[in-house]
Amino acid sequence: MTDKTFTIQGRTGPWELVMGLEIHAQVASRAKLFSGAAVGFGAGPNEQVSLVDAGFPGMLPVLNKFCVEQAVRTGLGLNAQINRRSQFDRKNYFYPDLPTGYQISQLFYPIVGEGVVEVEAEDGSFFNVGIERLHLEQDAGKLIHDLSPTESYVDLNRAGTALMEIVSRPDIRSPDEAVAYVKKIRTILIYLGTCDGDMEKGNLRADVNVSVCRPGQYEKFKDTGDFSHLGTRCEIKNVNSFRFINQAINYEARRQIEILEDGGTVDQETRLYDPTAGETRSMRSKEEAMDYRYFPDPDLLPLELEQAWIDEIRASLPELPDEKRRRFMSQYGLSQYDAGVLISEQAKADWFEAAAKGRDAKLVSNWVTNELSARLAADGSDFADCKLPPAYVAELVELIETNVISSKIAKEVFDHVWNGEGSPAQVVEKHGLKQVTDTGAIEKAVDDIIAANPDKAAAVAEKPQAVGWFVGQVMKATGGKANPAVVNEILKAKLGL
Amino acid sequence: MSDLTKLTLKAAVDGLKARDFSSEEITRAFLANIETANPRLNAYVLPTADKALDMARAADARLAKGEGGPLEGAPLGVKDLFCTDGVQTTAGSNMLKGFVPPYESTVTANLWRDGAVMLGKLNMDEFAMGSSNETSAFGPVVNPWKSGVSNADLTPGGSSGGSASAVAGDLCLAATASDTGGSIRQPAAFTGTVGVKPTYGRASRFGMVAFASSLDQAGPITKTVEDAAILLRSMCSFDPKDSTSLDVETPDWSQSLGKSVKGLRIGIPNEYVVDGMPAEQMELWEKGQAWLREAGAEIVEISLPHTKYALPAYYIIAPAEASSNLARYDGMRFGHRAAEAKSLTDLYETSRAEGFGKEVQRRLTIGAYVLSAGFYDAYYVRALKVRRRIAEDFDKVWDRVDAILTPSTPSAAFAIGDRQIDPVTMYLNDVFTVTANLAGLPGISVPAGLDKAGLPLGLQVIGKALDEATVFQVAGALEDAAGFVARPEKWW
Repeated sequence: MTDKTFTIQGRTGPWELVMGLEIHAQVASRAKLFSGAAVGFGAGPNEQVSLVDAGFPGMLPVLNKFCVEQAVRTGLGLNAQINRRSQFDRKNYFYPDLPTGYQISQLFYPIVGEGVVEVEAEDGSFFNVGIERLHLEQDAGKLIHDLSPTESYVDLNRAGTALMEIVSRPDIRSPDEAVAYVKKIRTILIYLGTCDGDMEKGNLRADVNVSVCRPGQYEKFKDTGDFSHLGTRCEIKNVNSFRFINQAINYEARRQIEILEDGGTVDQETRLYDPTAGETRSMRSKEEAMDYRYFPDPDLLPLELEQAWIDEIRASLPELPDEKRRRFMSQYGLSQYDAGVLISEQAKADWFEAAAKGRDAKLVSNWVTNELSARLAADGSDFADCKLPPAYVAELVELIETNVISSKIAKEVFDHVWNGEGSPAQVVEKHGLKQVTDTGAIEKAVDDIIAANPDKAAAVAEKPQAVGWFVGQVMKATGGKANPAVVNEILKAKLGL
Repeated sequence: MSDLTKLTLKAAVDGLKARDFSSEEITRAFLANIETANPRLNAYVLPTADKALDMARAADARLAKGEGGPLEGAPLGVKDLFCTDGVQTTAGSNMLKGFVPPYESTVTANLWRDGAVMLGKLNMDEFAMGSSNETSAFGPVVNPWKSGVSNADLTPGGSSGGSASAVAGDLCLAATASDTGGSIRQPAAFTGTVGVKPTYGRASRFGMVAFASSLDQAGPITKTVEDAAILLRSMCSFDPKDSTSLDVETPDWSQSLGKSVKGLRIGIPNEYVVDGMPAEQMELWEKGQAWLREAGAEIVEISLPHTKYALPAYYIIAPAEASSNLARYDGMRFGHRAAEAKSLTDLYETSRAEGFGKEVQRRLTIGAYVLSAGFYDAYYVRALKVRRRIAEDFDKVWDRVDAILTPSTPSAAFAIGDRQIDPVTMYLNDVFTVTANLAGLPGISVPAGLDKAGLPLGLQVIGKALDEATVFQVAGALEDAAGFVARPEKWW
């Protein structure tokens, strides 16, 4: 374990990283958390704002039950404890994107407690990340500074939208692990249908807490729970892509190491990652940290959940990525890697299963993860929008399995199918791509080639692997349609191998 | 015809239904009173004569067809804390001068549903913070009552001072009010009117400018207990737009009136005797006990041991909630905005410094302080514990008593300017009323007598949660026994 730990080599020796993440995931819901106003991307400025969102006098929050259901569903998907009693608190601060002057969040009693997520690392090994809590809270609006040189504008469309904040334990030890963890959470949320995971729209973003320490310190922390064994952490706010998460952590860790090796101390602060400059910059120090004056929101009663309702939600959970991966391995005999690639997107996994029915699953998996994935990626599309029916790949694989076409010809068939020329069988028919298994025709081709190349035919006796050249020639002569097994057999007989 | 403005709500509603007079007639009578009295009493911040007449004529049309709700055609005043669609709503603050809500509070919407007519918006302490109506940005309200020993203008109490003064001065049949620590019951006691704070959650807070969410409740100020029962019934409803609203039936409390109190057990809490309480107030309290005893009720001495901590707890919890509730008044979207500001922070600070009066600023400062890191546990959390103890005090006595009788206030109305030197002295006005807010219980103040100076004094009845019926029953008995008929002499 220790020898695998990610380290950064400093001037004075190796350093290890410790990270905890706070993922903000926008709840997939048509209405906001407390106002009933619509949620949507692309509406005109301030078109999706109710009087509650705008903080008008006498307006009161009313909890959206569907958002609660989504949070519970997510908690169950994270193998976490669902708290039957939770509470909403106010986080008070002034900012123009926060109309009421407070954000309704859950500080003291979150709806979801401890859980654990199993994450697959790059090398195929697994590591666990503890979930400390998940709580519901409101998002803020948006300030627009570039419309006027002298004024700032406020768009409250996002104000009041429901967010789930998923707080991890400091169990993440490398930039790659951080990315793998966020990917895993994102996949789970998409499977659950509780967040669309769209990072470009900011619907999923992460605050990354980074600290560095000397080897051995983390183990002391794990043994005692005493954070003083770890370095001082900095929080990098609102990182919204996998690449930026990786870059921001790498930059931030090196920055901290440099300070420490110069004999300085790391200040606990909030920082921002600037992707253009590739660096993190201080936003505010601990001293400047705001006093949010949290207290229970007196407009809302404590949230109490019936166990039966939680059980109902549990019963309605879809098969989650971990289960699906295990099932794909056992049911279809796929490797961990292939299964992992297929389950990384629910649509891909579903597409695969639709195509694999009754066919050679490994072959189908190869077509799905290689050829089809590449075509979709090139078109900027994905499996959710895939126009090709799974039955076509199933048919293609069947044609290979039944020796109607060779694997090589299958690629050509796929090209035609992809271009909309019909089903694989129709394409094979139309372009005459059926494999030649007529031994007479193949024998004739073999005879012709041996006759034209007596020297090579003689050489094969000493160098049997040279038969490959003959195979190639026969395939060429038959337009690639000859059944390779039949060609091999005839060549061996005629060349006396 | 006799002066329509002297009618009780009940008599007016009956008269309107019987077509003895029209809504337009009684509305015009009140508008005339307002025109003469308001320059002196300052009860209304915004009379809405045109709207009132429109509503009155519409009510008359319904009455002519034999239709109409339980308040059909009755002209009422509305505390300026209730948002009224298309009508300026200020909560007594410069911060909201010119603010015209595009929505109606649930409480007032219920009144219009039942046919009531709005005469205008009533003055109040700024954001309901005050016990004398002196913190209003529109100037203090003057009590129609005068002391027999001085001609000084007296306060009507607060924060619903405009409501109390308007009812006592015949500037409306009855009025809506709100009570966070005594803001209905104290002004009612100071003006010889009846004021009810129902169980927390009975009346919707939707569209009511918030002061302290966990304590605020709407209620009526009226001339009689029966009027209070009628108006409260119209005001209350379950409202899905208020998460703290109770999904319960609203009974017809006028049915409780005239019912004998025989066999009812009335608790007299030892702790409601305070230093400096005038002898007349003590005597009146004893008189109240005697009246109920004579009517067949049993008087039971009880102890509510945490009473002395109620006021300090209240003055932590209410400002804490207010400091957050009033954060929305930031000069950004509505209300007062500083004309010139050098930065965002400057804009916030200047807008709020200009928009809020001194008392509001004081309470917001206290509130922010008690919620701040390092003080939260010592103040806010401890105050919540006290609040629980106070509620438990009540819970413990309900198996022995059916209602509790106390004085409404430690004294009768005082002169404007008298108590402004020391805010804590002012806060003491709420000493008998805050407990009902902290415990969420219903309470009523009934005028029961006059002090030596000829000023009204009130008695308070506190009941179990949702048991307004018993509260009205006891209040009715007190009203009958007291035979309080004194009216302020018209001097304005």
